[in-house]
Formats: sequence, structure tokens, C-alpha cells
Amino acid sequence: MEKFVHLDGLVAPLDRNNIDTDAIIPKQFLKSIKRSGFGPNAFDEWRYMDFGEPGQDCTHRPKNPDFVLNKARYQGAQILLTRQNFGCGSSREHAPWALLDFGFRVILAESFADIFFNNCYKNGILPIVLPAGDIEELFRLTDATIGYKLTVDLPEQVIVRPDGRRIAFNIDTFRKECLLNGWDDIGLTLRHANQIKVFEDKRRAEQPWLFA
Amino acid sequence: MPKTLYDKLWESHVVRVEEDGTALLYIDRHLIHEVTSPQAFEGLKLANRQAWRPSSIVSTPDHNTPTDHWDEGIVDPVSRLQVETLDANIREVGALAYYPFKDLRHGVLHVVGPENGATLPGMTVVCGDSHTATHGAFACLAHGIGTSEVEHVLATQCLLQKKMKSMLVRVEGRLGKGVTAKDIALAVIGRIGTAGGTGYAIEFGGSTIRGLSMEGRMTLCNMAIEAGARVGFVACDETTIQYLRNRLFGPKGEQFEQAAAYWRTLKSDEGAVFDAVVDFDAAQIQPQVSWGTSPEMVITIAENIPDPAAEKDPVKREGMERALQYMGLTPNVPIKSVKIDKVFIGSCTNSRIEDLREAAAVVKGRSVAANVKLAMVVPGSGLVKQQAEQEGLDKIFKAAGFEWREPGCSMCLAMNADRLAPGERCASTSNRNFEGRQGPGGRTHLLSPGMAAAAAIAGHFADVRDLP
Ligand code: SF4
Repeated sequence: MEKFVHLDGLVAPLDRNNIDTDAIIPKQFLKSIKRSGFGPNAFDEWRYMDFGEPGQDCTHRPKNPDFVLNKARYQGAQILLTRQNFGCGSSREHAPWALLDFGFRVILAESFADIFFNNCYKNGILPIVLPAGDIEELFRLTDATIGYKLTVDLPEQVIVRPDGRRIAFNIDTFRKECLLNGWDDIGLTLRHANQIKVFEDKRRAEQPWLFA
Repeated sequence: MPKTLYDKLWESHVVRVEEDGTALLYIDRHLIHEVTSPQAFEGLKLANRQAWRPSSIVSTPDHNTPTDHWDEGIVDPVSRLQVETLDANIREVGALAYYPFKDLRHGVLHVVGPENGATLPGMTVVCGDSHTATHGAFACLAHGIGTSEVEHVLATQCLLQKKMKSMLVRVEGRLGKGVTAKDIALAVIGRIGTAGGTGYAIEFGGSTIRGLSMEGRMTLCNMAIEAGARVGFVACDETTIQYLRNRLFGPKGEQFEQAAAYWRTLKSDEGAVFDAVVDFDAAQIQPQVSWGTSPEMVITIAENIPDPAAEKDPVKREGMERALQYMGLTPNVPIKSVKIDKVFIGSCTNSRIEDLREAAAVVKGRSVAANVKLAMVVPGSGLVKQQAEQEGLDKIFKAAGFEWREPGCSMCLAMNADRLAPGERCASTSNRNFEGRQGPGGRTHLLSPGMAAAAAIAGHFADVRDLP
């Protein structure tokens, strides 16, 4: 996993509640057995005018000019700004893979769906929960300023606006460490292999039917 | 101190806890399907790691498999590759049980696990699938996980988790005739919203829930995720224990009694405190139909399509307008007047034997309306299909004009050939009505099997209680 420490990135707005993972990456692309290459199909049904098929070259597909992420001013955005319950629905990790491949490293929202939230961390994406008031203001500023950028500082747990205003955010210590170091949590867990083994043996002795 | 069922399930699986409260939870059962696992197996191999306990794995391909023309195999090459990749990965790693495409026990994973006794009370159950919550019906802690976590569980038999808050959804009283677990699920989501359960583990309790069959409890827990909760569960009682007698992978004889004695402790203690409690009166729950593109956009069969003009929150109003436009609906008209094109009875929410019986009882001696282009029944598994055929349900459906298909996820998410054409409207017993869920441009209305059957017969949404 790629480390995440600082980011100075362009913000793109997606002004909707309840954006589900089916919308982030439609099911036909889930047939892939790889974990890369989903970027061109992120938000496929909103982004293109035609129906996308896996394995297709997307460069010449007709784009939906009304879809916000297609607008010239948001090209190259690395920070996604959205509303409530982002990433709800299916557990597909293809959703964060697609967002990452599209270029997003930070997602700002009022709230996230649990599984999606968790999947982000496993892929070096930083999902940040902010109060509704801050989100509202960021929507306004992003809309009003072409090339609106934010600085995200993970060690300090703060977002710095161009006008100097600082917005602090929370993150679990363990997740923060993993992101800062780009740690693979399987490796971390396996350091406790003995403890797992002891637990498992005890469980097997007490509830043998679980180990049929 | 009195404990909730969640406390008990949690505490009995904690291997260790980090300083910030992140716990390593031991995983008893790992369910695997073809869509969310290939990258996990690949990662395992690339890192040169072994699977920790292959005997915890139960697997079957379900999302991509066709539901008719089985003699032709899987025609779509991309789907076929994904299913073959699962075959190969399981062959290499091993499993307690693998039911390949066309096996008698093949079917939707969340139907297959419980019916084979692979889901037992007190277990932690995970799967790279958000509807893993289904298994909570057996007093399990059942999580949907992402593919990185599938790999983590393969390699370590553990999952990193933080303890959630607990919510009790309490339903008391008798359900009216024609009102089912699906209606409870939709009514709950309609009330608390699709994010209402976010960050919570939901326990479904109260006399109504205790009166539900295991099938009904599975339907309810299945949709916990649609209320935003990663896990939903029901306490263990005699209904649970009876269901588990003589299941393939469950304990037998002496050991069964020993297990059952433990299982009986899997309930919240008297006086246990929940972070949130939501109460429902069963008698007030009416048959439900969703009208929009989120499961919380739901009304009763007696109501009219809602009017965004009445919504004060601008973001919500816009969401409603967008949903109405996508769904091709006009505000203020009765949902009963809305005509349908297709009917889908299936999915891990409603494809068990009881669901098929419920639909067949409505369909019996009647026929599908002329304007309905396709009405299909997709049993949850080969075993469900076999049982239904023994009971003659297939004949009832076919005589009425339904197609009787082979098991699989099918038009629940349209990864195989079963899908809606753009603009088509479907009465569906599945769990998600998102844009494009059943096919690009398709319009999904969620309801119970009985209500789906009633819509098939009427050609438009209808109250199952009006069909004696
Ligand atoms: S039936 Fe539908 S919801 Fe259930 S596992 Fe299959 S695709 Fe997912």
C-alpha cells in the first residue's frame, strides 16, 4: 500500500447523499480478476452516455457533459467532496480501487458507510468525516473558486484551506500509523501468530463442533 | 453487569486489543464467492503466504452463474474465467466445502451456508459480501468485508475490528395477515434510513421477531446492511436449535446437546443496555413497496408516490426528484396504479423454501397478467429447488406463466444474463433498488414474495391481502 502523509490537491464536488458502490463502479466491471484498471470505469453510468462493457477502451466513448467530474475544471482532482452515507451498499472493494485509480486519495464527507470506510484505509485512501457545516462551506468555496485546493496533513490531522482556516479531523491511531507507514496489516497481524494459535487451540477444545 | 448479545459474541472472539481499541477478532467461518476473492487469493500467493485454516472455508460461485441453459455452461467468457478462477483457487487452497456450478448444493452463498449447517450460533462469519449479515439470524456475528480483508482472513484467520455501538430494534405484537419479515425490514429501513444503522450492530428482538421462522429471521438480518449496519442478528432460541438439528456440518448426537446448551446462552441479558433502541408495533406494519432508488424510499401499498414539494431539506428534495425521474414516476399517484414489466422472485433475501411457498400460495390457480413480459422464480439453492419441486411448487409457478429457473444471484444484481432492459419496471424480492442494479436503466421496486406474486397476477402493484 502506498503511504499517505501530506496532500496538496484539487477538490472535486459530488453533491449527493447516499452514493452507493454500484454507482461508483457498476457490476459488469466486477468480473475482472485484477485489482487495477478500474479508474476509467469509475462512475461509469453517470460519466458516459453509452453502456460500458469490461475490457473496452474508454478513451473514445461519448462522455456526459453534465456529469461534474467530466468538467475541465475538475480534471486531476485528488480530493473528492461529497455528502452523507458515501459508499453505501455492496462491500465491493472495487469501489475504492476505482476511486484510487481515478486519482482520488482523500474523500471528505458528512458520513461514510462502514464497509466502504474500512476498505479505503486498506488502499491508502484517507476518508475524512467532517461536520455538515464545514462540508457545506467547502461545497460553496469549491464552486466559487476555479482550481480550489486543500492541503491535507495527516500527521497533524488537519485540513488547511487556502484562506488559512484549519479544519481538524479524527482518525484511529492504528489506522493513522498504517497509512503513514504504508503498512500491510497482514504482516502486522502475523506478528501475533502465536497468540492466534493459542486462542484457536482453546476454542477447538471448548467448541469442537466449530472445527468440523 | 448484564451483557448484550453483541458483547458476548464480541468478547468470545477477541484475540488481542491494540491501545486504540482496535481488536483482532478470530473468524470461525469464511464464506467465499467468485467476485470478491480472486485478488485476495492472488495477494496471498504473491506474498508467499499459506491459508491459515482452509477448513473454515465454504464456497460456491453464485453471482455470475446462469439460471437457464445449464447445458451450455457459462457462455460469457469473462464470467466463466471468474468462476474457473474460484474453482482453481479452492482446489489449491482447500475448503470444508466447495459446491461448484451445477452441483446439487450450489446456490446463493447466504442460502447455502445455513442450510448445510455451516453457520452455527456463536460463530463469527465473514464473506466478501455485504449481505453476510444474513447469518446473524443464527446469533452469529456476521460481517461483510472487503477483498483486502478476505486476504487478511485467509492469511491470519482474524479480522481487525473496532467494537461498534449497539442498537436494539424491537418489534412487538402480531403481524397482520400477508405481512412478512420483508415488510418489517423495509419498514425499519423506511423509518431509520439507509444510514440509520451506520456504526451500529443491530439486534432484532421482541415478540414478533421471536415468532419468526429462521427463514424470516434471515430475510430480516439480510437487510440490516440496507439500514447501514454491517451486522444484524437475532438471539438464539428453540426455533434456531430445531432448525440446526441434523444439518450436514452441524454437530450431531451428544455433541449437539452440548452445543445447544451453550447456544441457549446467546441472547442479551435481562437489563442489558443498548446505545440506541427503536420500537415498532407489528400491528402497524403494512405490506411495503419501495418507490425510489434507495431502500429507504419506501411506502405502504395503500399510499401514493410521495411529493418532493413536501420535503424541506433541499439535498433530500433533490434526491427525491432525481429518484422519481429515474423511476419514471409521478408524485401523488397511488402506487397500486403503477404497472410492471417484470417480476423477480429470488436473491439471498427471499429465495428460501418458505418464500417460494408464500409466493406459490398467491399464484396458485391464477395467471400472470398479459402486460408482464417476464416473471421468474430463482430458488436460492439446488436444495431449495429440489424441495420446492417435491412440494409441486414449480408446477404452480409454471402453470401461472412463471419461469422456473436454476439457482443463483440472477437478477438481484444482473451480473449474469438475467437483467432488465432500460426503462423496464420490476417487482423484485431482492434487497437493493439502486440505479442500474438490475440492469442499466432498470427500475426496481422491492417487496415481499407474496406481494411480488400479487403484482405478477395483477400486472401492477397490488395488495396481497386483496387476493384471498
Ligand atoms: S443474491 Fe443479490 S444480494 Fe445476495 S449475494 Fe447474490 S447478488 Fe448479493
